[in-house]
Amino acid sequence: MAHSPEELAHEERRYLQIFFILGILTVLEVGVIYMPIPHFTIVLSLILLAVVKATLVAAFYMHLSTEKTTLKWIAVTPMILCVFLLFMLTPDLGAVTRIITHALAGAEHTVEHAEH
Amino acid sequence: MSTAAAETHLVEPAESPLTPESWGKLGMWNFLAGDAMSFGGLLAAYGALRYGDPHWPLPSSILGITLTAGMTFLLVCSSVTMVECLAGFKQGNQQKLKRYLGLTILGGIIFLSCQAYEWTHLIEHGQSIQKNNFGATFFILTGFHGMHVFSGVVYLSVIMMRALSGAYTNPHNNEIEIAALYWHFVDLIWILVFTFVYLI
Repeated sequence: MAHSPEELAHEERRYLQIFFILGILTVLEVGVIYMPIPHFTIVLSLILLAVVKATLVAAFYMHLSTEKTTLKWIAVTPMILCVFLLFMLTPDLGAVTRIITHALAGAEHTVEHAEH
Repeated sequence: MSTAAAETHLVEPAESPLTPESWGKLGMWNFLAGDAMSFGGLLAAYGALRYGDPHWPLPSSILGITLTAGMTFLLVCSSVTMVECLAGFKQGNQQKLKRYLGLTILGGIIFLSCQAYEWTHLIEHGQSIQKNNFGATFFILTGFHGMHVFSGVVYLSVIMMRALSGAYTNPHNNEIEIAALYWHFVDLIWILVFTFVYLI
């Protein structure tokens, strides 16, 4: 933990540098959605920009970069688990649409039967 | 007096293994890890509901991106003022501590006001939790985050009251650092919510 005036001044300069970077990244994020590039590229860029911003806040404002490794793991574990959770949900993607489509198809089938 | 009682002052209290200066800091990190899972669950559910749904409206056609980009910038600014407040504490500068703490609280209140304005505007145009999955996920995600911002404002206000009573003249006090962790977490989560709900 920094205590000398020089170290503290250096830290404060670092905080402002990170602030400017975060500002630029936010502008980039908003700009990206209006770019004439494929939707998939937009999504990938946004996720990347968001992850970079989050990492900067965690590393420098929450001082995670100066903490013990085990604490870094405590902080990072939820991120890993959330990605795992997303993969676990893959079979359910589009489930609502599939159920509605099935129900409609089933109803049409019943109507056809009744008419014959 | 028993021998044990007489010797109590010789035993140092146990240090937190990962954060020797403060048990509270480890406690806060653990809480934030769990809270991150709560938000992760909500965001994952949002992704699962939205993906492959052809009727999902484009967020930028319903939501105000400019206002929300401003809100994101505001929250980032409040993170900077919070870290400056912590710097003031480390320097032993009580005026700086209180000034930047006040600015952080103000940032949180303005954020909540903008959120309330945005919600009112959307509700007046017929959006609601019951309307469709878009409305449900939007209000639940931003509402859950908004509750965190509100709690943070209350938390920081208590810290401010303690600062005014001189609690942070003691350089070994860890409360400001712990409160700062919570506030930065709230900012971090908003960065993710803004990206997934408003932009993608």
